[in-house]
Amino acid sequence: MRVTVRLFARLRDLAGTGELVRDVPEPATVRTVWASLAADIPGLAQYEQTMSVAVNAEYARMAAAVHDGDEVAFLPPVSGG
Amino acid sequence: MVQVAVTSEPLDPASLGRELNAGSAGDGAVATFTGLVRAHNQGRQVRFLEYEAYEPLAIKALKRIVSEVEAAWPDARLGIHHRIGRLEIGDASVVIVAVSAHRAAAFAACRYAIERVKQIVPIWKREHFEGGEVWLEGATADPEDQDARQAAYRTACA
Repeated sequence: MRVTVRLFARLRDLAGTGELVRDVPEPATVRTVWASLAADIPGLAQYEQTMSVAVNAEYARMAAAVHDGDEVAFLPPVSGG
Repeated sequence: MVQVAVTSEPLDPASLGRELNAGSAGDGAVATFTGLVRAHNQGRQVRFLEYEAYEPLAIKALKRIVSEVEAAWPDARLGIHHRIGRLEIGDASVVIVAVSAHRAAAFAACRYAIERVKQIVPIWKREHFEGGEVWLEGATADPEDQDARQAAYRTACA
């Protein structure tokens, strides 16, 4: 199945893009998508303990299921205001 | 009225205050917080900031903060506008307006809201300073974290 990955701020810089399409085997969770991404992109893994994740623009947990066509976002610590 | 917004346009605290006040039944207090781009940060001379947002989730997070405020201070009305894109020194990055019958709730709601913005809204700033640039990273966003929410509430009511 295929998901759209969104990356922001420093994660986007590390990946060199803010949006990419990823094929992952079913059944998949956010963690599956992250593991696949972190294996390919140096520097991402350091964010595993501090980032937040979202599925289809709702905050989610690493164990949340993802389905074909979902948008999975990885968010470094926020700094608005 | 647009109670929450993420926009690349300049912010207007007075206009948000007027909109929140329109049709009010004679409330007695308006508290406004305006966050500005500082010239100095952690010993660095800041040139400008660049903000980015995960907009659909940022809007939901801002609406969540409005709901939390309405639950904690039932007579308060809140508006939050956050700017994104390139901001120069002195530009307003965020405007929060709280309207209430009395000053205590207006001040508290306003303070609570900015603390929560910094905790749970997916917005980031990249600081361009003399000699380099860096993404600033603050809180790990988790709206369900009750400790963070309580900390914001205690700060607001201190």
